[in-house]
Amino acid sequence: MRPRGGGKPMPARIWRTSTFRFAALYMVLFAISVVLLLGLVYWMTAGFMARQTDETIETEIMGLAEQYRRRGLNGLGQVIGERMRADPDGSAIYLFATPDYKPLAGNLDQWPPLVADADGWLNFPRQDTEAGEVPARARLFVLRDGLHLLVGRDIRDLVRTEAMIRRGLIWGLGLSVALGLLGGLLMSRRINRRIEAINETSREIMNGDLSRRIPDRGSGDEFDKLSEQLNAMLDRIEELMEGVRHVTDNIAHDLRTPLTRLRTRLEMLQSAAGEDLDGAGVAECIAESDQLLQTFNALLRIARIESHGPTKSASVALDQIAGDVVDMYQAVAEEKNVALEADVVPVTVAGDRDLLFQALVNLVDNGIKYTPPGGSVTLAVAVDGDDCCVEVRDTGPGIADAHKEKVTRRFYRIDGARGEKGNGLGLSLVAAVAQRHDALLEFADANPGLVVRLCLPCAVQTAPTNRAH
Amino acid sequence: MRVLVIEDDQDVASYIGKGLREAGHTSDHAANGKDGLFMAASESYDAMIVDRMLPGLDGLSIIRTLRASDNRTPALILSALGEVDDRVAGLQAGGDDYLVKPFAFSELVARLEALVRRAHPETTDATTLTIADLEIDLLKREVRRGGRLLEIKPTEFRLLEYLMRHRGQVVTRTMLLEGVWDYHFDPQTNVIDVHISRLRSKIDKGFQRPLLHTIRGAGYKLGDG
Repeated sequence: MRPRGGGKPMPARIWRTSTFRFAALYMVLFAISVVLLLGLVYWMTAGFMARQTDETIETEIMGLAEQYRRRGLNGLGQVIGERMRADPDGSAIYLFATPDYKPLAGNLDQWPPLVADADGWLNFPRQDTEAGEVPARARLFVLRDGLHLLVGRDIRDLVRTEAMIRRGLIWGLGLSVALGLLGGLLMSRRINRRIEAINETSREIMNGDLSRRIPDRGSGDEFDKLSEQLNAMLDRIEELMEGVRHVTDNIAHDLRTPLTRLRTRLEMLQSAAGEDLDGAGVAECIAESDQLLQTFNALLRIARIESHGPTKSASVALDQIAGDVVDMYQAVAEEKNVALEADVVPVTVAGDRDLLFQALVNLVDNGIKYTPPGGSVTLAVAVDGDDCCVEVRDTGPGIADAHKEKVTRRFYRIDGARGEKGNGLGLSLVAAVAQRHDALLEFADANPGLVVRLCLPCAVQTAPTNRAH
Repeated sequence: MRVLVIEDDQDVASYIGKGLREAGHTSDHAANGKDGLFMAASESYDAMIVDRMLPGLDGLSIIRTLRASDNRTPALILSALGEVDDRVAGLQAGGDDYLVKPFAFSELVARLEALVRRAHPETTDATTLTIADLEIDLLKREVRRGGRLLEIKPTEFRLLEYLMRHRGQVVTRTMLLEGVWDYHFDPQTNVIDVHISRLRSKIDKGFQRPLLHTIRGAGYKLGDG
């Protein structure tokens, strides 16, 4: 049977694959480490700068407070003036104000309109003559008599460094996530391709081609090792199955000869004893041995068909074969009061005439066998795209879905109810013929009844003589 | 009749020899190809049974050699190979019939007798065949018994024609499948029996003497008495 429409599943959504999940997990860990690393850099640079600024401001405040304590208000003013002069680019900020924040001295026009935090720190924008508004940080110190002293620094460099590092952090994080995601996708795609190759091979093997093996890349990686192991296992399975089949075929082959002789002895006994002397008993024995021989022959026939490759095939008029089958089985159908009809169009296929006839006979025979009197069996030959299809439709009880897959197994009988005689090899033979012709064999419900379709590639379209009935 | 058996398997050879003796025929046995060819060429036989695989000279070569020297002794090929291609090769070599091992002895004898009969046709181009009061007209495709025209279907006519051409002989079911329907296959049911019983009901029903007989364990025979 061709592994067509064999339900090849869509490749699993990539984010549901475990390789992708591993990659995603790895990406998250990587992102966390990037954050930690950049956080450390931030703390060591911007943090260091900020601490240094704060320390400088505090040292200065302590110095100024000391001057005030020693030399009073005037001394403090003097010192501030000196310091402002010593800092020409104006990065230092000083402001000395009354208890109600009226400026007394310093390089700020007015007291910043902000409230300091509990430790006396405050950040505020400061008007710079050249750069406009620049960030500043200062600390408030309350002197004796309730006078306010504000000492600060221009922190634009610090703020710029901080912003730069923050940008670096965001970009680094984004980039590592994006690269991790991309890497994860590529990696899981790559791994999935290898796994899909294994899946593909297993599907084909399950479809009946036991000779298939998983391709080897020759790189000696772990996938190649896995493939090697699986291939070795498949070799072993094939060997075992071959062995089992060989034994079965040998049994059938070896028992056929003595059984034929037994049959001949019975025949001779029958003719020697004459018709009257227990003729019926011997005749039954002969019939019984014929039945056994037929089973063995069918088994061997299936084995032969299966073991041969595609035979050198001739052009066969499928409609003519179908016509001959109907011609042959019309009488059998009439005996059972079942209508046997043919509905054929001329089609030609490449194949073995006798085997195709055998397959159709088995299908029609089954149809008649399982169709109750008054029912009908239709044998249709039609073209379906590039395929030429034979369809045998009956009005019998059909086959339950659970059995459909299994009916082509050797000796598989659907239990109980049917109780028809037969050797359980008829459909196995059909399946073997189908396989040899690269044909697709399907069982479906005809509601009521069963419809069996056998589709094989059409040969070049020529119209042979139509012997439709 | 006198039959030459060319068969290297001693069991099969003695089985055939014993059966032929019991069926009232005589037989000679050759155990290899060279002896077989020598005997077939030097003596006169009614028929020969040739195994396909033989030591020395294979069965098909023997037949080919005999036919080349214009020896027309009917030859039945025995073989373990049952594929259609093998059968065709056997018949192309000049064999007259092909039987796959193992075989029922009745099948072998029926085929052998048919071969011998075919080799000596009574009338070559008769357009009517007759047995007792049954007569078939091959041109008009008509069947009469006791002068009365019988209504008969095309398939039944072909079956009857085959039986008529082998009248007086046992005809097996396989011979009918091959001769009437021209397909090599295993019928699942007794499809031949059904056809025979329908034919019988047409040609024998209402007449005193039955002509179509069933030979138990072997097949059928169209014969007068």
